[in-house]
Amino acid sequence: MSHHIVEFKDVCFRYPDGTEALHNLSFRIIHGESVGIIGANGSGKSTLLLHMNGYLMPTGGTVNIGDLHLTRKTRREIRKKVGIVFQNPDDQLFMPTVYDDVAFGPQNLGMDEEDVQKRVRAALDLVNCYDLINKPPHHLSNGQKSAVAIAAVMAMEPDILAMDEPAANLDPKSRRLLINLLKTFEHSKIIASHDLDLIFDVCKRCIIIREGTVAADGPSQDILTNKILLEENNLELPLSLQRR
Amino acid sequence: MAFDSQYYNVGYLDRLSYQDTFVHRLDPRTKLITTLLFLFTVISFSKYEVAALFPFLLFPAIFLTVGEIPPGFILKKVLLVSPFAIFIGIFNPLLDHGQVAILPGLTLPAGWLSFASILLKFFLTVSMALLLIATTSFPTICHALRRLGLPSIFVSQLLFLYRYIFVLGEEVMRIVRARDMRSYGRKGTEIKVFVRIAGVLFLRTVERAERIYFAMLARGYEGDMPVSKKYHLTTSDLAFALSVIVCLFIFRCYPVTQIIGNFFRGIFS
Repeated sequence: MSHHIVEFKDVCFRYPDGTEALHNLSFRIIHGESVGIIGANGSGKSTLLLHMNGYLMPTGGTVNIGDLHLTRKTRREIRKKVGIVFQNPDDQLFMPTVYDDVAFGPQNLGMDEEDVQKRVRAALDLVNCYDLINKPPHHLSNGQKSAVAIAAVMAMEPDILAMDEPAANLDPKSRRLLINLLKTFEHSKIIASHDLDLIFDVCKRCIIIREGTVAADGPSQDILTNKILLEENNLELPLSLQRR
Repeated sequence: MAFDSQYYNVGYLDRLSYQDTFVHRLDPRTKLITTLLFLFTVISFSKYEVAALFPFLLFPAIFLTVGEIPPGFILKKVLLVSPFAIFIGIFNPLLDHGQVAILPGLTLPAGWLSFASILLKFFLTVSMALLLIATTSFPTICHALRRLGLPSIFVSQLLFLYRYIFVLGEEVMRIVRARDMRSYGRKGTEIKVFVRIAGVLFLRTVERAERIYFAMLARGYEGDMPVSKKYHLTTSDLAFALSVIVCLFIFRCYPVTQIIGNFFRGIFS
């Protein structure tokens, strides 16, 4: 299936203040792959994710999502294909109740009320949060907020799921639940994180970004066990691989 | 800490509105309309009317008991805003020296009577508005307004206000705490510090607004907030609205207090 491909070709991006965030960045992710994006603070991970559905447009090079070439005209289509989960769930859950928030996407797709309800139910069941349906987001714990934020994106039924630090602010049990949940998704997944154990668990492939360009790209098994490479990039071995 | 307790107070009112009682379950539209009718009826009485207002206390009393709202909480809130009403009416006894006959043989100074009327009207209207908020969650009030024809842009402003007032409140709380921890016993409340905090908050808010807007775009936002049609008028809504309207009408048009008074006088004499 060619339509779940994510392809970055020589992408450059410069913020209006002159900071060069991405520089000749290229990679290609095929259908169903789960890829971890890792790198030091400020290496360009978040900027990269913001390109995935056209919030930022590359200043050089091209981004292709499936058969679509990212332009201002196609980005509305692309946003239906790529669901992005942000680092801070408070930014993502902007509606006053959980139901309204999860329903926001499907309602914008122009679905009728009954289908919207089905989608909301399915999405909340997926993350085991159906009981929270009538709660306002400010009554939820951080773990519940993250789960609902994922449900809100899943309700759009995206082909590709992109996440920025999904496990930040989660307690160990919520984090474990999230990892198990992510493993059940068959979407193409792109996860940017400093949580190397999470990446090691969920992603088969791993890309290291350094100063806006790809520093290494390969199976997680190779990259996350390469101590020298990781330390060059302000990272360290995943805790589960460290011997004490 | 003053800010903390104020913040939690608002949060408490909000939590009350998510209870599940008969009053909470009523359709928000009925509650909104009946409350508005109640307010207008109370305000419509003449400025020397006191006795006829007493029956209206029944409405807040019923909302309090059926809605399981702690009366002390509402009373405290009403007292908090009462200075406004007191200052509006306080000069009436000094300026208005007329006499009003309320019963044959009993006249009272008009100034005091109108002052009492203002206070009573104030108490009725403010407590009822508070009770509406305490028994109806804010989003459902917004949905009611939308269904009653308020333009979508105003409703989305209200919804965002509600959603982010708590996020912003927590942000302020964190900043205030951080300031207190490092002002080492000094008050640290100089205007200079305050201005800087306000500036930081403003910048953070702008950045957050940008991220929220992106989250909305990512989920297909195209300039119009979707309306959900979850609420349906039921028979209990209609019964409730009808009985409220009938009661309001009776209380407005007939001197109920006097009738009850005459009734008891009839029994005891």
